[in-house]
Amino acid sequence: MLKTRKLSRREFIVSSAAVAGGLALGFNVPFGPNVVRAADGSPEVNAWVVIRPDDTVVVRIARSEMGQGTLTGLAQMVAEELECDWSKVTTEFPSPGANAARNRVWGDYSTGGSRGIRTSHEYVRKGGAAARMMLVKAAADQWNVDVADCKVAKGVITHKSGKKTTYGKVAEAAAKLPAPTDVPLKDPKEWKIIGKPLKRLDTADKLTGKMVYSIDLKLPGMLNAAIRDCPVFGGKVASFDAAKAESMPGVKKVVRVGDSAIAVIADTWWHAKNAVQAININWDGGDNAKVSSETIAAMLKAGLDADQAFVHNTAGDAKAALDGAAKKVEAVYAYPYQNHATMEPMNATALFTGERCEVWCPTQNGEAALAATSEASGLPVSKCDVHKTFLGGGFGRRGFTDYVRQAVAIAKEMQGTPIKLIWSREEDMTHGRYHPVMQARLTGGLDANGQLTALKIRLSGQSILASVRPEALVNGKDPNSFQGYWPTGEHSFEYTIPNVYIDHAMRNTHVPPGFWRGVNINQNAIFLECFMDELAQAAGKDPLEFRRAIMSKNPKSLTILNAVAEKAGWGKPLPKGHYQGLAHFRGYGSYVAACAEVSVHNGNQVKVHRIVGATDCGYAVNPAQIERQIAGSFVYGLSALFFQECTLQDGAVQQTNFHDYNSMRIAQMPKVECLVMPSGGFWGGVGEPTICVAAPAVLNAYTRATGKRIRNFPLKNHGIEMI
Amino acid sequence: MARFTLNGKPTNAEVDAGTPLLWVLREQVGLTGTKYGCGIAQCGACTVHVDGEAVRSCAMPVSEVEGKRVVTIEGLAQKGTLNKIQKAWLEHDVPQCGYCQSGMIMAATALLAKKPNPTDADINASITNICRCGTFQQVREAIHTAAKTTKA
Repeated sequence: MLKTRKLSRREFIVSSAAVAGGLALGFNVPFGPNVVRAADGSPEVNAWVVIRPDDTVVVRIARSEMGQGTLTGLAQMVAEELECDWSKVTTEFPSPGANAARNRVWGDYSTGGSRGIRTSHEYVRKGGAAARMMLVKAAADQWNVDVADCKVAKGVITHKSGKKTTYGKVAEAAAKLPAPTDVPLKDPKEWKIIGKPLKRLDTADKLTGKMVYSIDLKLPGMLNAAIRDCPVFGGKVASFDAAKAESMPGVKKVVRVGDSAIAVIADTWWHAKNAVQAININWDGGDNAKVSSETIAAMLKAGLDADQAFVHNTAGDAKAALDGAAKKVEAVYAYPYQNHATMEPMNATALFTGERCEVWCPTQNGEAALAATSEASGLPVSKCDVHKTFLGGGFGRRGFTDYVRQAVAIAKEMQGTPIKLIWSREEDMTHGRYHPVMQARLTGGLDANGQLTALKIRLSGQSILASVRPEALVNGKDPNSFQGYWPTGEHSFEYTIPNVYIDHAMRNTHVPPGFWRGVNINQNAIFLECFMDELAQAAGKDPLEFRRAIMSKNPKSLTILNAVAEKAGWGKPLPKGHYQGLAHFRGYGSYVAACAEVSVHNGNQVKVHRIVGATDCGYAVNPAQIERQIAGSFVYGLSALFFQECTLQDGAVQQTNFHDYNSMRIAQMPKVECLVMPSGGFWGGVGEPTICVAAPAVLNAYTRATGKRIRNFPLKNHGIEMI
Repeated sequence: MARFTLNGKPTNAEVDAGTPLLWVLREQVGLTGTKYGCGIAQCGACTVHVDGEAVRSCAMPVSEVEGKRVVTIEGLAQKGTLNKIQKAWLEHDVPQCGYCQSGMIMAATALLAKKPNPTDADINASITNICRCGTFQQVREAIHTAAKTTKA
């Protein structure tokens, strides 16, 4: 038999450190006073910057890397102020446990809400700048000269006399200096590394199979676990018979995980998975087992007419204005549950010794994973740690810690043995944190000239915050349900209409909702931007002109909308059978727009030829990566529009794998042309905002091609194919 | 039990004959570059070459590779030199999260072996892997770049 290669103790330490990002922080290492050292003994100039004697610069990255490129962007920001040689930059993830032990020196680890760069840009740049100041001071002190007479470029410090040294040579001395208190930052006009379309720092190992994702982890003596959780959310295990499973090859133990799940620990995951499937489990779904997509839809539909609702944006008197409108337009839209379907299924490896608990996992929120490890293990945070790996996709799913808690609970059943829990794709598909369901009724009033004088939007559906962070509700209201409809702020409504009334009848279900790339801008942009085209049509106006007329007070939005229209050739002759559609939105601080070009064949086959996508995200740290995020967000958003819906029957999600929850392939990929248009003065998000304009732009183009308006999704339910 | 050649080396897997090749590679041999994505041959993350053909190893019992040549992502680079697809991938900065990319690279390498100058239609027909990050535009560009590279 081919044996899995056993790791030596030293290899274990090395591979664990590699998985943790090469970092094992020393605290009282006796090299000298006040110097904190990285695993290899190199000095930390400060928490963000380690410099090795060979001038390699190790930048610490607190946020998670799940493909969105934040790791490279954050490193660019530190390197910019550090004035180091970009070709010598490498990165590592400090562990959440180290962050806890050091009074959160690396700040927030949470990587969601398109916040990775925009909420940490200042302190990471200051980290780089402070390190530069200390390194230059160390050189000046060595030469006994004035700091003001020293310059630095690409990690080489030069005195006006011509003397030179490098960061690697002065790092030890710099690490002993006090941190400067006044740390000025460069004017963005002086940026040389920020703003450049640099290549990612994490590509090489992704081309050869060397990259170790959490699912690839190997630890000495490690066993594997597979799990089945109650298919009905909130349900439990009533009884089970594991006699057959216990006698199957490789099986070590069958364990109950909480009230709701059964896991099998085996030598290999393949054995564990086969055994867990062989367990006969009687589930008790309780009342939730009576819920179906139909009952949920009926509840949301009733919410469209409910008296009580949370109001979030009002102007003028929408009711009176609608009553007095020359023309009234009304439409009802509906958006389904969707699963994240990250390519790497949920998984985590836990080692519980009784005194310590360590977890290796692909988390978007290292600190939350650490807290979950502590809670599930019953040990204080100081006796736990989490080793973050690169993530095989995240999209919001991995900010949750359910899979971490399960792994720790399983590991507690076999103390001293590392256990890797992997969810099958089927488990992953049926135990998600789903994009919530929402219905909307939109009512618009046009005056005799076809001008939009009133708009009313009633949302009815599920709140994420009510389930996930109820403490963030404002007097019961979930402001995030209104993303893109806010009166002001980072999700502001960008049309100026004299009479507006937008409210939300919150209708929660037993299905656990989650933050799904873009979150509520997905459905809110479809509702608003498709309805804008409906209104324009009713007014007999061009969709671009109709929008422009109510956007004049929002110049950033107008600029972005005009930019996509111009680049796409809006209003100009198109190839025969091609039609265009527009959409604009604001989310996560950024201004985004898209113009899609489609043709429709045989009545139901939609070819999306081209999408021009634009964003004004304030500052563009890496335009090449932003372009990839725009195109990638379109793939995620259009996969959802055309194919994806999680339906419920008897309280459980019916879709189990990619055969019934499809995702776009290369043949369906439109040509995406990106306009990255940072106007400066603010920091907008990148990973999410553009996702929301792809679907309404395509839908508006589809309607112009066919005359048909589709208001509930996915399009496959209408017999529409993406070709 | 199955005997086959893996990345040029004779290999002997003493496992149940029905064990999918994917899990033999990952859990018996310890080569984890080949990924589990769906287990039902839908997503392509587990793509390897069997006698030069791109196949989905998650749905192929190891008994079916008896006596055959299996190449995984770890076997593409020769003496540390990336193949032309991998080089083009580097040039175009293709991967985002990277999880599907082993399979994507294996599928693209198999395509170029058969069609040294593939058209967009050829690419559409043979690259059917799922990428949730949406790297398709760079995948297409990189395949065309690799096709223009004369030497492997």
